[in-house]
Amino acid sequence: MPWEFRTDVPIYTQLVAQIQQQIVTGQLAPGDRLPSVRDLAAQAGVNPNTMQRALTELERLGLVRSQRTAGRFVTDDGAVIRSLKEDLARSQIRDFLAGMAQLGFPLEEIVTLIQTEGEKL
Amino acid sequence: MSILECRGLVKRFGPTPALAGVDVTIEPGRIVGLLGPNGSGKTTLIKLANGLLVPTAGEILVDGKAPGRESHAIVSYLPERNSLPLWMTIQQLQDFYDDFFADFQRDRCEEMLDRLELHPTYKLKQLSKGNREKVQLILAMSRQARLYLLDEPIGGVDPAARDYILDTIIRNYNPEASVIISTHLIADVEKVLDEVIFIDRGQIFFQSSVDQIREEKGKSVDALFREVYRC
Repeated sequence: MPWEFRTDVPIYTQLVAQIQQQIVTGQLAPGDRLPSVRDLAAQAGVNPNTMQRALTELERLGLVRSQRTAGRFVTDDGAVIRSLKEDLARSQIRDFLAGMAQLGFPLEEIVTLIQTEGEKL
Repeated sequence: MSILECRGLVKRFGPTPALAGVDVTIEPGRIVGLLGPNGSGKTTLIKLANGLLVPTAGEILVDGKAPGRESHAIVSYLPERNSLPLWMTIQQLQDFYDDFFADFQRDRCEEMLDRLELHPTYKLKQLSKGNREKVQLILAMSRQARLYLLDEPIGGVDPAARDYILDTIIRNYNPEASVIISTHLIADVEKVLDEVIFIDRGQIFFQSSVDQIREEKGKSVDALFREVYRC
């Protein structure tokens, strides 16, 4: 998959976010083995130390675990993935609500709008 | 111990200082961008680190020692301009590296050249500019060096070749080695760097990690460079 980076945010936080996205969407399935740091870095075209830092952060978040000799794996804990998915959803909703507030819509109207738009899908 | 250290480093060419008192330390395991406009002293610093120039004052240490025979064994240098004899074939160039450098990994070099379909019988002078640069980079990166000094490795090649060159650097440097890349094409190299050193008129402007710049200033190194060096 293509890796794309914005210029105003640290690269390692963008790597964390993109790998999270891959885990939530199932591109990286629970229990999948991750490529080596160097291969991942080369794929994304980033510095290996930066990739290492992102993976360490994902480990801290419990999304990735490393096995001393076998490498790194995506967590197979469904609850962890589920809660990540909800976190990402909440942050999408917050962004959306902030945008709607700027346009001047109160919450009740937003809900009605969502329903009408949703029915068209 | 740091792999490269400069203390009060001065280099004058006649009355004009190319480097006017540089203090800088580079730790092992880092990919460092040496960034600055033309004529800021990037190449002078790299040549001093290689022992091709002698300091006017101050000192420069590679792995704790002044540049010389011992440092040549651990430093892989890619000069700004082609330095290899154009009449040589790719085969001969590899023999040449094999003879000179104990850390040259020939099988790795052959594999990379093969992947680009650069045949051993080709002479350097028969190759396009982009392919010449790739051959030189492959030779330089095929050494198991402790310090790689790459002077403008991506200048004058197309964007696809640039990606290839950066990919080759990422894949080949070993985690205990350091790489110094001098360039003014910052947007292209930014993602592969750990830290950047801004140099201007022979002095170090600042040294910082790429993500620290983004975190603290909310902008890319490229944007910061344009701001700092606005003409």
